[in-house]
Amino acid sequence: MRPPVAALRLRLGATIVAGLLVVAAAAAWIAPYDPTTQVLAENLAPPTAAHLLGQDKLGRDILARIVYGTRVSLAVGVVTVLVSLGIGAAIGALAGFAGGWVDEIVMRAIDVLLAFPGLLLAIALTGILGPSLRNVVIALCLIGWTGYARLARSEVVRLREREFVEAARALGVPERRILVRHVAPLLATPMLVQATFGMAAAIVAEASLSFLGLGAQPPTPSWGAMLNDGRAFVLVAPHLTVFPGLAIFVTVLGLTFLGDGLRDRLDVRRPTEL
Amino acid sequence: MLRLALRRLALAVPTMLAAATFVFLLIHLVPGDPVDVMLGESAARADREALRRTLGLDRPIAAQYAAFLSGLARGDLGRSLVHGTPVARLLADRVPATAELTFAALAVAVALALPLGLAAAARPGTWIDRGSVGVALLGVSVPSFWLGPMLVILFAIDLGWLPVSGRGTWAHLVLPAATLGFGMAAILTRMTRASVLECLAEEYVRTARAKGVSRAGILARHALRNALAPVVTILGLQFGALLAGTVITETIFAWPGLGRLLIDAINQRDYPVVQGCILAIAAGFVAANALADVANGWLDPRIGAAAARARP
Repeated sequence: MRPPVAALRLRLGATIVAGLLVVAAAAAWIAPYDPTTQVLAENLAPPTAAHLLGQDKLGRDILARIVYGTRVSLAVGVVTVLVSLGIGAAIGALAGFAGGWVDEIVMRAIDVLLAFPGLLLAIALTGILGPSLRNVVIALCLIGWTGYARLARSEVVRLREREFVEAARALGVPERRILVRHVAPLLATPMLVQATFGMAAAIVAEASLSFLGLGAQPPTPSWGAMLNDGRAFVLVAPHLTVFPGLAIFVTVLGLTFLGDGLRDRLDVRRPTEL
Repeated sequence: MLRLALRRLALAVPTMLAAATFVFLLIHLVPGDPVDVMLGESAARADREALRRTLGLDRPIAAQYAAFLSGLARGDLGRSLVHGTPVARLLADRVPATAELTFAALAVAVALALPLGLAAAARPGTWIDRGSVGVALLGVSVPSFWLGPMLVILFAIDLGWLPVSGRGTWAHLVLPAATLGFGMAAILTRMTRASVLECLAEEYVRTARAKGVSRAGILARHALRNALAPVVTILGLQFGALLAGTVITETIFAWPGLGRLLIDAINQRDYPVVQGCILAIAAGFVAANALADVANGWLDPRIGAAAARARP
């Protein structure tokens, strides 16, 4: 028997994430204004009926910027996860399947990378490469693949000794084909769960870097950059700070619920921390 | 105990070397010519050559690396391109502020997480247990760069209890420490709860109960100490995230620490200072991990003995 709370969480998470995808896809229809149109006379205006969440320092509509910001967050999240998962899964699976010194070298390299806080590495890399969303994605991928590699390796090492692999080997199936056809498909489920959490982590990381001025550059509507803009006006215009943060919070909550729910539903072992 | 400490110290050396190498390579990751990036393309040729010599970029990379490491060993991290002062002195000026913030945040995290995790484990399934799960979930989902300004709006602006930003009195420390510590408190609460629950299921707890030890006595004397080892490990591992988080917290609260220095240096393309800040933060993190391992050896002599013998 699954406790009803877990099922509820899964449903809530899936609903939030589906909602975000719709908002991102239909941003042009949902947003009440263009996210970059400035109305300087109405700068820092608090929420009104015409501008439900108020206007920022350049009089831009905050709701419109949050709606378009969904695109930025999801795009960074999806690209980062796909690239790091692809690289990580390939390297981890190969290391696990090859074993021996290949495995040893790869795992030591990952240990060294994981020995440092990811955010610090990301700040260092974007600080050096120059502030831009593209460099944020590059930095996050350079750091993010390690988690997937570890997971893929541990799964492959576990699967390598199973009977069906032995059987395939006994039948004379080549090693490469065993890895690609028999082992790799079984990685999909744990990877999906890890990717859900990884997406949340990537979205928070992008927002963190943009908050520090190292990510999205004006006039791109990024939630983190909006929070950075709001910092100077927190005394006079707190609505600049409240709403973009709420968007990040709801997104991360949705992805966390979805990841937790999927893990319970698909009966995946708890993934190692990214 | 001393042997474990020394052995752990020796293990920290390669990690630190990796950090130093990464930091050294950073300047070579600058797109294009770092000298152009720093001075702008219109700079006079003589100035550019002078800067290139100052940074040692005119020499072969192996020689640069050797010079960098030997400078590091002497505590020489070069000079700031903007201020002209030695990077080591700039760092030394900022370390106390960052250390103060980090330890205050650590104290907030432990003060929140241990009682909450313990209470949740003592009464699983009750409202306090569910509440602790809720707090943990909030801590993971609420980013610090939102929590901080929200706390400012509530406690500094609306209620007027605490200062908005800056460093000075104890009151200045409250909001930054709470902002930085909350995320870690969430992780620690979950860890403490799980770890104590595991210990409560052990044979020795049943023995203690059979002998008539009170519930509180079992929790305090038997479960807590044994449950602390994994908690301390997480504490050490999360310390790195905490240190990296100071960059964000110091930005929110205009806290004059290493994180602020790092972001200012990035904005001014003052690469020697960028390198120094990252190295200093990494060193703090490596030291914290080593300390956590030694503390674990003290909490659980079995771990200490095994580590002192078996670690390569």
